[in-house]
Amino acid sequence: MSASHFNPDREQLIAALQAIRPQPLILTKPEELKPYECDGLSAYRQVPLVVVLPDKVEQVQAILKICHAQKVPVVARGAGTGLSGGALPHEQGVLLSLAKFTQILEINPERRSATVQPGVRNLAITQAVDHLGLYYAPDPSSQIACTIGGNVAENSGGVHCLKYGLTVHNILQIKLVTIEGELLTIGSHSLDSPGYDLLALLTGSEGMLGVIVEVTVKLLPKPERVQVLLAAFDDVIKAGAAVGAIISAGIIPAGLEMMDGPAIQAAEDFAHAGYPTDAAAILLCELDGTNAEVSEQLMRVHDILLQSAATEVRTAKDAEERATLWKGRKSAFPAVGRISPDYYCMDGTIPRKHLPQVLQSINQFSEEFGLAVANVFHAGDGNLHPLILFDANQPGELERAEAFGGKILELCVQVGGTITGEHGVGMEKINQMCAQFNSLELSQFHAVKAAFDPAGLLNPCKAVPTLQRCAEFGAMHVHQGQLPHADLERF
Amino acid sequence: MNTRDLSQTLQAQVLAAYAQGTALQIHGGNSKAWYGNSTQGEILSVAEHSGILNYEPSELVITARAGTPLSELEATLAAENQCLAFEPPHFAATATLGGTIACNFSGSARPYLGAARDFVLGCKLINGKGEILKFGGQVMKNVAGYDVSRLMAGALGTLGVLLEISVRVLPKPETTLSLVKTLSAKDMLQQANAYARLPLPLSACAYIDGQAYLRLAGSEGSVKQAAKLMGGEPLPEHENFWFKLREQQFAFFQTEKTLWRLSLPADTDVLAELEGEPIYDWGGSLRWLVSDLDATLIREAVTKAGGHATLFRRSAKQTQTTVTSFQALSPELMHYHRQLKQAFDPKGIFNPNRLYIGL
Repeated sequence: MSASHFNPDREQLIAALQAIRPQPLILTKPEELKPYECDGLSAYRQVPLVVVLPDKVEQVQAILKICHAQKVPVVARGAGTGLSGGALPHEQGVLLSLAKFTQILEINPERRSATVQPGVRNLAITQAVDHLGLYYAPDPSSQIACTIGGNVAENSGGVHCLKYGLTVHNILQIKLVTIEGELLTIGSHSLDSPGYDLLALLTGSEGMLGVIVEVTVKLLPKPERVQVLLAAFDDVIKAGAAVGAIISAGIIPAGLEMMDGPAIQAAEDFAHAGYPTDAAAILLCELDGTNAEVSEQLMRVHDILLQSAATEVRTAKDAEERATLWKGRKSAFPAVGRISPDYYCMDGTIPRKHLPQVLQSINQFSEEFGLAVANVFHAGDGNLHPLILFDANQPGELERAEAFGGKILELCVQVGGTITGEHGVGMEKINQMCAQFNSLELSQFHAVKAAFDPAGLLNPCKAVPTLQRCAEFGAMHVHQGQLPHADLERF
Repeated sequence: MNTRDLSQTLQAQVLAAYAQGTALQIHGGNSKAWYGNSTQGEILSVAEHSGILNYEPSELVITARAGTPLSELEATLAAENQCLAFEPPHFAATATLGGTIACNFSGSARPYLGAARDFVLGCKLINGKGEILKFGGQVMKNVAGYDVSRLMAGALGTLGVLLEISVRVLPKPETTLSLVKTLSAKDMLQQANAYARLPLPLSACAYIDGQAYLRLAGSEGSVKQAAKLMGGEPLPEHENFWFKLREQQFAFFQTEKTLWRLSLPADTDVLAELEGEPIYDWGGSLRWLVSDLDATLIREAVTKAGGHATLFRRSAKQTQTTVTSFQALSPELMHYHRQLKQAFDPKGIFNPNRLYIGL
């Protein structure tokens, strides 16, 4: 679907938006539009036709009705922290920012729920309920800035997914405005609702099916005790085996993270977390629960790590040391950003058992493409974040980094995994969708999209590639002589 | 253990039905045929399409064909000290994995550990055009494409024929212990919510005949510690109690009247306008009501409280089929249900009317 598919009359559009009462904030000047040209994936940039910042649900409804009537694409945006270009504007479209929806509408301690507007930051929810001994579990590393509306749109995860699940497991209800401007309530304050599980379908739908204007999240009791262990290994494969051993022992840690040598070095230089920089890999294992449970598990995990040939196992003595250990991990991305002019963050997930094989292949690709890589993993759930280091000012390096990344994702699919564990497809991984799904499956996705947005106005060209795009992409990537999407005409 | 791949046969049957526009009733073990509105059509039996395809305990996932008996699946997991944490009811020995997911049935642990839908990681299905499609996968974190696999949970087969399902599994808790307390219903509701706000290893909370039943699951130390805090008497042979509740084997359920399933917000008070004492599960969020009261009255009371009422089992005497099983949706939501049905099953051949009349 090319940009020319849409051809709105900008003046007519702005006039209609200005007629909305009360009038939302409308930005039209080039210097006002510029800050919205990209999200967290800054390699892709596009200035939108116009930016609108409503602060009332009725305004969102009115905006979508206008876009529907005038056939104008709409891209919704929260804090713009997404890493897959999901909020990349459309050149012929409206960029609909939900940033002004920052109210916490209700905190219900009895129900253990909070109802908030979509622009409320992830961490702000936990902060608002902290005094009740409750918290909101999903914690993407951008939680200080990212918004709950974006979290629902991307089905965000975080460090604690292994035990507490993704966004889809932690929300009860959303309110959604359709492209026709209709307000729908999906889910309820009960634990289930009649009919299809639209809540599951809409979570992670990347702004393709509607615009989220309210979210009711589940709150959990804060664990009585949290403890963190650090284990060092002289071999990445041993560290991978230790992950399997912990889980096989019937222990589900709250978080189980792995970093390889280059990532450890970068994080240590940046955060001074006291990481053993001579290690080939470290594991960070967080245990939470009741006092008694954590004490018991701590001893068991300690033993398992030693049996798995850890060269060193450390337990954080206090909350401060725990925070320091986590700081290294949580600052891995900026730390890598410091040692390389640019980096490209991947997000594949694989069945854990394939970790050694996939790591080996990543190292081979690294040599092939002549680009270094630092690996950071949510090891417990097999979610990999290889960071490919490159310099965009060197001709051809960005293209090489993208090709390298593409190979990693295709490998993830081959071993039974997925191209994206938590960052979403967006614009970035649109081609790799062709490797994960065949034409029939993609057509089924398009049918789902059409059920909500037949004109294809919501976030066009994202998340699900057209079959034509896959045919073109496939023509470049013939695997083992098999032409993917062979049933399609090629031009 | 029966292992058979009937994908091709099932696909051929769907293709034929699609070509002719004839309806199909999807059957697994036929253990829950009474659930939902009555449907029509030729029987499409998935029961023989069975077998566990992949299970590696350290990956915390099992993949099986839809016709795999739930009992076989659970026995396989138990051998590795793992389980389906959503504790699905069987209702008959023939219950299958496919039927369990299609109904999205979950047992007493649901509020604390999640529903069937929460554990679905991926599926292979046949859509209404006879196409075999795969969605999701075998990994916990996967956001590529729309979450079609979870959409299948609770869709009662109206969007597709499930062929294979991958579900997340969990280690069995080290220890479980149940406590009984004599309380009023009101006090039980209050306590259930208060306990759920604390970091306690609570894994079930039910209320029957003036007695509250609380189950703890976790490490030995933490279960002991919580039991001390919560008080009450230990319940002997407690596993049997939770089994009978899950399988609806208490005398309460052996009734000539209609069995209603009320799903309510956690803080809903005793619904005094509905005569008869219900059985409470899920800490009060799920209530079983045996009643011949007018469906409209029940649904109005439950809706007012923010919940919904399902006509779970029709009474033997009840000939009135005008009462539909599931609470009506708003016209707007119904519109999107029809749109989705059209997207997956354009000729409406799968289980017509079973979820909603006309769907």
